[in-house]
Amino acid sequence: MRLLTMSDIICIQRLSKSYAGGSNVLSDINLNVKNGEIFALLGPNGAGKTTLISIICGIVRASAGTVMVDGHDHVKNYRKTRDLIGLVPQEIALDSFETVMRTCRLSRGLFGRRKDDALIEDILDKLSLIDKRNNQLRELSGGMKRRVMIAKALSHEPKILFLDEPTAGVDVELRKDMWKLVLALKERGVTIILTTHYIEEAEAMADRVGVISKGRLALVEEKESLLRRLGKKTLRIELQKPVNIMPTVLEPFNLDVVDNGSTFLYTYDKNADRTGITKLLSELSASGLILKDLQTQQTSLEDIFIDMIQKENS
Amino acid sequence: MSYYAIKAIYIYEMTRFFRTIFQSLFSPVLSTSLYFVVFGTAIGSRMQEIDGVSYGAFIVPGLIMLTVMTQATSNASFGIYFPKFSGTIYELLSSPISFVEIVSGYVGAAATKSLMIGCIIMLTSTLFVPLQIAHPLVMLLFLCLTCFSFALMGFIIGIWAKNFEQLQLIPLLIVTPMVFLGGSFYSISMLPPIWQKITLFNPVVYLISGFRWSFFATADVPVGLSLIAISAFTILCLVIIWWIFRTGWRIRS
Repeated sequence: MRLLTMSDIICIQRLSKSYAGGSNVLSDINLNVKNGEIFALLGPNGAGKTTLISIICGIVRASAGTVMVDGHDHVKNYRKTRDLIGLVPQEIALDSFETVMRTCRLSRGLFGRRKDDALIEDILDKLSLIDKRNNQLRELSGGMKRRVMIAKALSHEPKILFLDEPTAGVDVELRKDMWKLVLALKERGVTIILTTHYIEEAEAMADRVGVISKGRLALVEEKESLLRRLGKKTLRIELQKPVNIMPTVLEPFNLDVVDNGSTFLYTYDKNADRTGITKLLSELSASGLILKDLQTQQTSLEDIFIDMIQKENS
Repeated sequence: MSYYAIKAIYIYEMTRFFRTIFQSLFSPVLSTSLYFVVFGTAIGSRMQEIDGVSYGAFIVPGLIMLTVMTQATSNASFGIYFPKFSGTIYELLSSPISFVEIVSGYVGAAATKSLMIGCIIMLTSTLFVPLQIAHPLVMLLFLCLTCFSFALMGFIIGIWAKNFEQLQLIPLLIVTPMVFLGGSFYSISMLPPIWQKITLFNPVVYLISGFRWSFFATADVPVGLSLIAISAFTILCLVIIWWIFRTGWRIRS
């Protein structure tokens, strides 16, 4: 695997896709993906995530716009651009009667690589599939088949890996294993573009996040900065005894009352100069309320995403 | 051009052939043997010689052509249709190869399979009838061109087909009748004059006639015309495939 510098490896400009009948799937997408990063593309069903990936990989034709991969136009120099890319599609698509080894050999060969069983066995080993290398694909479980899809995509040693909903329908343990694999690939310099419904997946792995909604790229931002910028925290205040009436002095804090009046939730901006926590606690004390416990919770990427989509829809 | 990509597709397709060896090989050999038993031995013994060739031997080139054409068509059409059906076509479309590599791999494998079946049927026929080959090289040329051109046609059918029914439609309703009516079991000189003229519009007539000429040095139409016909058919199929990949018809949205 070659060592890479941090510069843009994918450059998408004014990309649009519409189908006969006039439905616009993608509209005026502009996006740069940095070399060596993990970029998470989030969005609801039908937002255009898979179409965008399919265009970059050459499966779907764009209606307008350009895609440059490592400085090459993805239509004019398709051999160079596709050579760099590995794709794990959303749907498990395998020839059930073939063996794991042979299907990986086909994938490697299609990318013009000489047969290298040692390399494929190494990939299968990392994906805990080495014992299944001579099994027919129909004999494997759903989770194993998904790992075979990843093995096929890696078999030609791509510099860029597209993972379209890689952990959809897999159990928690396997999902965590896949995260480890993705992070290991990043360590080796592979650029990873990930689409997912699981926000925690993006939160755990992504360097940057893009949100796509109704075919438009609503946002692209560093994950940490997004969490900082939009991230709100919630202070959970559990009381010794439940309250029936909210004390007047606490009304300005817009507290949410839950658990039959025994818990208050206070949402605040942690980046603000004054969070209001000190004043709230002193007013609680002055009101004669006795506290049982205090907890703070960070707003997740999922909350941010839902909030953004709701705003977009409204 | 990526040699490794062609090799990968070719080996993958040939592996599928050997995986289903009974269906792929024994089934056409068995059905052809039945033709020999029924037409060659049972009925053929009561028929006159045609152009100085016993009826049993006369039908050998036609039977080989019948099997080779249907096998080349069905193997190639299934070969490219199956990735469409199973969804694995994404790999072909996202890999750095052109239609030349894809067609070479799939059509090359389908042509090889049908060539192998054709050769086995030819050997099988020697068990039933004494066989002579007047022009072995021309015979090989016709056989290879037929395997290749009908595999190309099968490839087009595989891309065109949206379901398994359509996949079978053209081979069953067009190819098989054309081969039967193209002089597989008779010389077109045996037909009434008007049907002789109509039959000349059937391209398969030229292929079977040329192929039969390579065996017995007798033909319904000049052998040069047969070569032109099969070359023209091959070129037509290549142009259609080039257009399919250029426009993305039924493969790229």
